Amino acid sequence: MSNAKLPTTTKKAKGDEIVSGGNQDYVTMTIADQLFGIPVLQVQDVLGHQRITRIPLAPPEVAGSLNLRGRIVTAIDVRLRLGLPSRPKDKPGMSIVVDLRGELYSLMVDSVGEVLSLSNDDFERNPATLDPRWREVSTGIYRLNGQLMVVLDVPRLLNFTTMEAA
Amino acid sequence: MDDLLSEFLTETNENLSVLDVELVRLEQNPNNPELLSNIFRLVHTIKGTCGFLGLPRLEKVAHASENVLGKFRDGELTITPEAVSLILQALDTIKSLLAVLEATEAEPPGDDLPLIERLNLCAEGKLGGGAPAAKPAPAPEPTAPAVAAAEVPVPSSSGNVTLDELEAIWNATPGPTSTALAPVAPEPADEPAPSQDLVVPDAEPAPAAKVPAAAAADAAGSAGAGPEAAAKESAVAAQTIRVNVDLLENLMTMVSELVLTRNQLLQILRSQKESEFAAPLQRLNHVTSELQEGVMKTRMQPIGNAWAKLPRLVRDLAHELAKKIDLQMLGADTELDRQVLELIKDPLTHMVRNSADHGLETPAERLRSGKSETGRITLNAYHEGGHIIIEIQDDGKGLAIDKIKQKAIQNGLASEGELATMSDQQIIQFIMKPGFSTAAKVTNVSGRGVGMDVVKTNIEKIGGTIEIKSQQGKGSTFVIKIPLTLAIVSALIVECAGERFAIPQISVVELVRAAADSEHTIERLKGTPVLRLRNRLLPLVSLQELLRLDDQEGAEKKDDETFIVVTQVGTYTFGIMVDRVFDTEEIVVKPVAPILRHIEMFSGNTILGDGSVIMILDPNGIASATGEMTMGENVSKETTSVQATRQEDKMALLLFRAGAGAPKAVPLSLVARLEDVDLASVEQSNGMPVVQYRGKLMPLVPIDPAFAMESEGRQPVLVFADGDRSMGLIVDEIVDIVEERLVVQLTAERPGMMGSAIIAGKATDVIDAGFFLTQAYKDWFGSSSTDAYEEEKAQQRVLLVDDSPFFRNLLTPLLSVAGYDVTAVENATEALALCESGEDFDVIVSDIEMPGMSGFDFAEAVRQGGRWSAVPMVALSSHASPRDLDRGRQAGFTDYVAKFDRDALLYALQQTLSEQKGAA
Repeated sequence: MSNAKLPTTTKKAKGDEIVSGGNQDYVTMTIADQLFGIPVLQVQDVLGHQRITRIPLAPPEVAGSLNLRGRIVTAIDVRLRLGLPSRPKDKPGMSIVVDLRGELYSLMVDSVGEVLSLSNDDFERNPATLDPRWREVSTGIYRLNGQLMVVLDVPRLLNFTTMEAA
Repeated sequence: MDDLLSEFLTETNENLSVLDVELVRLEQNPNNPELLSNIFRLVHTIKGTCGFLGLPRLEKVAHASENVLGKFRDGELTITPEAVSLILQALDTIKSLLAVLEATEAEPPGDDLPLIERLNLCAEGKLGGGAPAAKPAPAPEPTAPAVAAAEVPVPSSSGNVTLDELEAIWNATPGPTSTALAPVAPEPADEPAPSQDLVVPDAEPAPAAKVPAAAAADAAGSAGAGPEAAAKESAVAAQTIRVNVDLLENLMTMVSELVLTRNQLLQILRSQKESEFAAPLQRLNHVTSELQEGVMKTRMQPIGNAWAKLPRLVRDLAHELAKKIDLQMLGADTELDRQVLELIKDPLTHMVRNSADHGLETPAERLRSGKSETGRITLNAYHEGGHIIIEIQDDGKGLAIDKIKQKAIQNGLASEGELATMSDQQIIQFIMKPGFSTAAKVTNVSGRGVGMDVVKTNIEKIGGTIEIKSQQGKGSTFVIKIPLTLAIVSALIVECAGERFAIPQISVVELVRAAADSEHTIERLKGTPVLRLRNRLLPLVSLQELLRLDDQEGAEKKDDETFIVVTQVGTYTFGIMVDRVFDTEEIVVKPVAPILRHIEMFSGNTILGDGSVIMILDPNGIASATGEMTMGENVSKETTSVQATRQEDKMALLLFRAGAGAPKAVPLSLVARLEDVDLASVEQSNGMPVVQYRGKLMPLVPIDPAFAMESEGRQPVLVFADGDRSMGLIVDEIVDIVEERLVVQLTAERPGMMGSAIIAGKATDVIDAGFFLTQAYKDWFGSSSTDAYEEEKAQQRVLLVDDSPFFRNLLTPLLSVAGYDVTAVENATEALALCESGEDFDVIVSDIEMPGMSGFDFAEAVRQGGRWSAVPMVALSSHASPRDLDRGRQAGFTDYVAKFDRDALLYALQQTLSEQKGAA
């Protein structure tokens, strides 16, 4: 794909400094063996398994809330948000903490990988045939060696109003 | 210096610097009413405070400026740069007067007649353009500082005065000692916004934090008394320090961390019999506790602080108005977050002033109506159900309903007809409107109509509500309810189905243990648990059912032992059933994440001493969720929604029960028939229960997916039909058909629910019929329809303009069902924007009563030309009288349909479109 298409996609990913440089840094993670990435500048913390307080009556995607150094963080089960089955009980899982408009959210994923610096040349927009739930929360795909990485758009991932309509 | 005076100086200087900025902004956008009313309020406050502190010279200047601003606000004067500079000049005079006041604790002698005269001229509209800005300051100005201030141009974009300008002031001031004052002026450091600041008493001196404007004015004003003034200034600064709230918030977080760590350490210590750490840990423990308390205290202040000014205010008012007033203050030690306190201070002052001025009668009048000579104003603050309640009560004449009505008609807020249908309660609400004052003449004390709307805005800003009760001849009561978002409360920690919750201690009346072996047992009335408590039946709420918690420990624990938290909300007492009760704990309520705000059961969440997060139950939410509401609550809810409902009209609703929870409702117009289906005739087809109905198969859909159908008996079914398709919605019981104004609070957290509304006095779920239709036929709204007729229609695009989200939600599926491609927008402006952006529609359906541009105006705008001038338009309105029809035709509507007539709308659309086609 050509670079000419990039500006439209970069505009959507607010908050990360994708402007001119040829490389973006992403924190990678796996959910159900699929690789995902979040722009590194949006990530506040990476957590191991946490004790989570369930919140009754909350949307199913909200796993509960937890205490992160005195701040209350809302935990989101990304698997459910993406329409995947919930994680098997025996796997502890990890979390990535992100900030959205001053509120902290902890995204529960299977495991957190490393920070990758990826070239814009490998970026591609979402294929039109992608599952609508995924397309809604993803800005695009990176073609990596041997696998594909889906870039998650944090504000859209946490926008629960669109989910109701889906 | 007098505490009151120093506080006044700080506050007024702050206000003045805001005013400088705001006025300049106003000059740039003279049409911003919000800006203008904010300026008006600030000047009003300054005037008011000057008034009761006994500063006549300041007051006169402020009063004259306020007059001019009042004319601006009422649109009697246009905002010209000349007028604005005149106001700015008046502010400068106020500043210089304040400077002298700060230095000498008294107003300088003399008056500002020339300035006031010009202000009055301006108010009368007689001030010629271009006059004051270039004019020199009025010659006969008696004091030096005033001259100085008047001559100095005001910096255009900020309230601060720079050193250079100070120098200029200094050089311009004719005084004997024209050296060496400039250095004492502190750095005019940029202040953060005032609302972000706190004043913490008794802290280290920090001269740099002194309000620059004050200092500047001070410097200018103290021509003759340089060193003395400087000393005073630092003395004022020494008492308080301004700290950003964020900093305190940070400190608080850190301290919480520290507390958690301490708790962990103590836990470890307990497990060790002897440890050399015991003594130092004990010490750490104490220090930490004190630190925590201290940091908490920086935010919390007793409400009495906000009341401190009131006795004097009331005394002075009584004097001025020749009334006898007794002010009682109860619950002055109720603690409030300082930020909240700051915000309610002005409203409280306004309200007390109102009570004294409007509420209480003169001694003679009181005697005549058989009351004691002395009128009483009672202030009462207390905690209730997780809120802080402040009551301002007077035993005066009450609100004059007739006068309010008159005024409402005068101001065009309501028509006589509308007023006739309103309850007194609703009419009273008008006093909260901007510019509404029933006082016949504008006095110094009140009557400008600035009061109550300020009160309301300020209180709503912090998420509070205000309720007015008034009884003719007996007096009126204002009840302010503020959520305790930031307040510290003690809470009872309970457990239910393995989860812990906090219940604010304030609403807990008592705890009862119910078990097989105890004297209290839970009895059931048709499944509803109740408890006999001291010869009364107490309704019980199972927390587990309410929160839909799944029982993890299994059923064997059930009925073994239950604790009942007897809770009181208003006058309604009920019991919450929980599994276990732990301790009480002091907690700081934190708001829940935005995505969880819609859950009414929780008022917040918090972190406990052991570091775990816990949800705080909201007894009010629980009470309303269980269907019981105290009358008082109901009234206030209804009255606050009056404005919202005025445009809605009554519609017939079918009430029914299905599944657990609140009763459900659906607009009757959507329901084709009510049927009673014999369950024995239900068959299974395509994995879905169906029934033979009028020679066709009709799928049956339950509201609750988990619903298990009986194999015999009869079941009520709501039949929705369209064309030759029909679908049955299984319900438990049809309750009633009511005519109600429907205000849907759109929550839509569950599929199939449009939201909840108060219907027949109960919280009711309004179901989204469209959702269930698609359950029966995936393609009910589908564009995949193979029906040629339908397909043709799907080409036809309908633009729906309606301000009510409910009708948009109602009509969109309805029209989609009929095969139209619907685009819904909420106002005419948006619709016209679509026109501009090049969208095309075959027909436009528009509401008539809309805020902003009405349907008629919209039609005229469309007909005036442009691409849409030939698009047929159908008006939707609740008023379908012949006169309305004519008006609609004149405006350019092709057809006019009553709002709730579904068939007529579809027919009208069909007609209009086929006519169009014929013509084309």
